[in-house]
Amino acid sequence: MIYADNAATTRMSDAALNTLIELSKENYGNASSLYSLGQRSKEVLEKAREDIAAVINAQPREILFTSGGSEADNQAIRSAAELGKAKGRKHIISSAFEHHAVLHTLAKLEKEGFEVTLLPVHEDGLVRPEELAAAIREDTALVTIMYANNEIGTIQPIRELGAICRERGVLFHTDAVQAIGHISVDVERDNIDMLSASAHKFHGPKGSGFLYFRKGIRLTNIIEGGAQERGKRAGTENVPGIAAMATALTEAAATLEERAKVTREKRDRLIKGLLEIPHSALNGDATKRLPSNVNFCFEGIEGESLLLLLDDRGIAASSGSACTSGSLDPSHVLLAIGRVHDVAHGSLRLSIGDDITDEEVDYIVKNVREVVEYLRGFSPIWRDLTAGKKQFIL
Amino acid sequence: MALYSDKVMDHFRNPRNVGVIEDADGVGEVGNAKCGDIMKMYLKIDNDIITDVKFETFGCGSAIASSSMATELIKGKPVSEAMALTNKAVAEALDGLPDYKMHCSVLAEEAIRNALEDYERKKGEEVSPQVNEDNGESEGESRN
Repeated sequence: MIYADNAATTRMSDAALNTLIELSKENYGNASSLYSLGQRSKEVLEKAREDIAAVINAQPREILFTSGGSEADNQAIRSAAELGKAKGRKHIISSAFEHHAVLHTLAKLEKEGFEVTLLPVHEDGLVRPEELAAAIREDTALVTIMYANNEIGTIQPIRELGAICRERGVLFHTDAVQAIGHISVDVERDNIDMLSASAHKFHGPKGSGFLYFRKGIRLTNIIEGGAQERGKRAGTENVPGIAAMATALTEAAATLEERAKVTREKRDRLIKGLLEIPHSALNGDATKRLPSNVNFCFEGIEGESLLLLLDDRGIAASSGSACTSGSLDPSHVLLAIGRVHDVAHGSLRLSIGDDITDEEVDYIVKNVREVVEYLRGFSPIWRDLTAGKKQFIL
Repeated sequence: MALYSDKVMDHFRNPRNVGVIEDADGVGEVGNAKCGDIMKMYLKIDNDIITDVKFETFGCGSAIASSSMATELIKGKPVSEAMALTNKAVAEALDGLPDYKMHCSVLAEEAIRNALEDYERKKGEEVSPQVNEDNGESEGESRN
């Protein structure tokens, strides 16, 4: 099987898996317990915090462990909203194609009286810094813009966006779930106040993530209970998972440049091959995108059928079609970059691993081409398009 | 459990009666590209019996499987029987569909009904002079 859905989740690295197993077996003590078994867990926990902080150029006490990216997003936004509310600031700026962990939290805040501005992301899938600058108001409490988009992989000008927020005195949060471990992220260089991350996107375990919050930012609890995480996140710490996350992130950071370079080459080979399929288009900017991300629309076909037939041919991928989401609308990301429903239903996301070979890339291209041609062969839309009854969009 | 039953996957992977009937007696098209499903059915009808049926579908796995199964269920059957085909019968013949995919079987039912209505309409046009005569006669009778 060629696993090309690394944006959904990744296989755990051997080192991370070893950490997880070893600690689950040997270091099962509760990090809050007084005896040495518990204290060893506490040491492991704090070492993980140091290692993770070092990767993103933060201080250990600025790292809060969570169950993953969604929890981190929820807590970051909630906290900023509470801080804003106390000062009478009830305006939040985000982008149209954020993850639902962000969008749904914002929708809830709107019901509580906050006003939300969603910046456009344009055809290339990029937020414009000048549009952010123009949208910031006196009462803006938070700007939250993702580091890299989870569907089309476009990398936002985070450093510039952060600088604008810093200058205007507005908190800046970024959902960096897709970016961390794959491209360089530095909270100082990038002017980031809060950042969300999830271990399973960088070859760590599922159920572990973290929130970076700049010193001085007062967090609001999402989970109430014990005094873990300095009272900001209750619940017995998932020490094996957290330590495995640190192992995976340290490993990823050490090999980042080299892996990114190789993966980018494979990505571009894949893009080049797929562009040869008639009436297809790449979604999002061709270069300002994650090294692993390829996202296409193919006119005249529907994404779920494409995925099922690719699965039969040993290729695991993803789509933004309505049928894969369980709703009637295709991906909000594709709609946000201006793809109309007709073509947004025919999307394919391939998020490749760094170990993919040229042969595997060529195998994907060949099979996508064959399956697209096959499905177009009995698509009434394709018939109308080729008969000239309908205008091609792509 | 897998997303779809083996039957759905079989009809999706090896759809029956795919294609076009150029001189179809009835053609029906339902759905739209906006919601991601379009089904088109072509019927050949002889002596009130559906002698051939073909389909074209733009849509997900269950839409393709539902189209395929629906064509199987009406092929060789009298028009009246095809007219009575329900989405439930299509879904059951496929050993069930996930709840949120039931609309695919509804589309299949509607596509067939649409094609049959088209057939009835065309038939009506062909024999229209006779229909007028009949009307006249019946009117006369009612007067008596």
